[in-house]
Amino acid sequence: MQQFLAALVKRYGRWLIILPPLLFLVVFFLIPFAYSLRISFADTALQVPPYTSVWNYSADHHLTIRLSLDNYRYLLNDEVYAFSYLYSLRTAFFSTLICLLIGYPMAYAMARSSRATQGILMMIIILPFWTSFLLRVYALEGIIRENGLLNSALLWLGIIHQPLQIMHTSLAVYLGIIYSYLPFMVLPLFATLEKLDHELLEASADLGSSPWRAFFDVTLPLSMPGVIAGSMLVFIPAIGEFVIPSLLGGPNNLMIGRVLWDEFFMNRDWPVASAVAIAFLVFLVGPIAIYQHYSAKQQEA
Amino acid sequence: MSNRPPLLLFTVLCFGIAVLYLPMLVLIAYSFNASAMVNVWGGFSTHWYRELMHNDQILDAALLSLEIGVVASTLAVILGTLAAIALVRFRRFRGRFVLTALVNAPLVMPEIITGITQLLLFVAMFQLLSWPHRGYTTLVIAHVAFCTAYVTVTVQSRLRSADRSLEEAAMDLGSGPVRAFIDTTLPIIAPALLSGWLLSFTLSLDDLVISSFVSGPGASTLPMVIYSKVKLGVSPDVNALASLIIAVVGAGVLIAGTMMRRAERQRLLDMQMATR
Repeated sequence: MQQFLAALVKRYGRWLIILPPLLFLVVFFLIPFAYSLRISFADTALQVPPYTSVWNYSADHHLTIRLSLDNYRYLLNDEVYAFSYLYSLRTAFFSTLICLLIGYPMAYAMARSSRATQGILMMIIILPFWTSFLLRVYALEGIIRENGLLNSALLWLGIIHQPLQIMHTSLAVYLGIIYSYLPFMVLPLFATLEKLDHELLEASADLGSSPWRAFFDVTLPLSMPGVIAGSMLVFIPAIGEFVIPSLLGGPNNLMIGRVLWDEFFMNRDWPVASAVAIAFLVFLVGPIAIYQHYSAKQQEA
Repeated sequence: MSNRPPLLLFTVLCFGIAVLYLPMLVLIAYSFNASAMVNVWGGFSTHWYRELMHNDQILDAALLSLEIGVVASTLAVILGTLAAIALVRFRRFRGRFVLTALVNAPLVMPEIITGITQLLLFVAMFQLLSWPHRGYTTLVIAHVAFCTAYVTVTVQSRLRSADRSLEEAAMDLGSGPVRAFIDTTLPIIAPALLSGWLLSFTLSLDDLVISSFVSGPGASTLPMVIYSKVKLGVSPDVNALASLIIAVVGAGVLIAGTMMRRAERQRLLDMQMATR
């Protein structure tokens, strides 16, 4: 009997390790998506939950499936959705670009400092990531609001005579995203730049390349995996960002995250919200696949 | 490459770090402002901190958040470590592809989508099974789901670099595979478990979007209370609360980081001594 049990554990023991996380994530992460996909084909109804059933199993054993494409049609016809998709795309793109322009020199400077300094700098860059995201967005408001530090300083210096209106504009949303996601850009860039073979740069310098030339010919191409990983780490969350446009942006800064939130909590139109979420997800598959590809490559290296 | 870092690079680095820290420092300064007006400095005062101690709404929310944080990150460490072991140690099994996808998906999925889809599932589940009630239970489940992903990634990289020879030696000496793992590999990956727990705890404590969707009436976490207060306008007691959180988390991370680095150095030293 005991031998039988031991053999059983030996044969199926690994499933005791695999199954708990697998089942948990399937039930609470995968099935929700499948289920939302289903609801996105349902109609809104005045009941609890507020949508109709997609399939009906009637008393005479007839299964009727009614897929309603109304929600998707609605998405295509209402300009708000197209507008907010494009607006989110544009905001995420330019914020990522600016993060890259600031983050690259930062990561490069880190990679070129001594080992001891690198450790301290890493800590300094990571620390804000551990402190609350929500509170950092709130803290930024203290800098850019009408009577915040920036305006006070500029007024005091006499550079401006009227406080700048930054809050509730697109500029505030950009600043918020750049400020919040800059560490996500710096860290993967630093990881690739640090591993870079310095001898290649020396060789190109020996061969007469100017430092800029060497940078564009050698360093930049070699650091592309880091550039792409960092960019995706900023771009993907930025495009679905809710907190930043909601706290810093104005009523015109309709990012898709805000539209979804309103659709859900204010209009209570769950089928349309599901359709928006599914459509949004389809748009994200590309960037996510690119990110996975490059991060897998980086792990292998 | 010369070791002299160009001035331009360092200027940008310092500027970037200043940008990262200035808002938080300003926030902490404001929290000691005696005046309720944000643009008037009314002198140094701890008034808003005392006010905080009497705000039951914030205290209740903080307690709920801490409790959810502890429960969710503990469960996430268990599930995440199991997932990491499965992915690193078992070369081939049915469901490997699904598991890989599921531990990576939450890292890149916009929170708002995760939140909506999980809420829809919870509502449907409740209709079918009368479980789970929206509130504490759903908050814990949702937090475990996204924290597990972070734990798995953290533990996975550590487990990959762990030397298996000790474990094999233990098995040669007659230990069962579980015993051998617990005696040899677990101590080596323990720091990753700890950082996975800390990461989960801070992520859980900070989550607003997913929590807002999956929570029910009467269960407001700290970020939900902060968000609704901030949305209404600047409130000085939020400044005090924010400063407290930033200080506590900052100190915690610094201490944990230093301790882990010291432990790591000690372990390397021990290994060198052992192999000499």
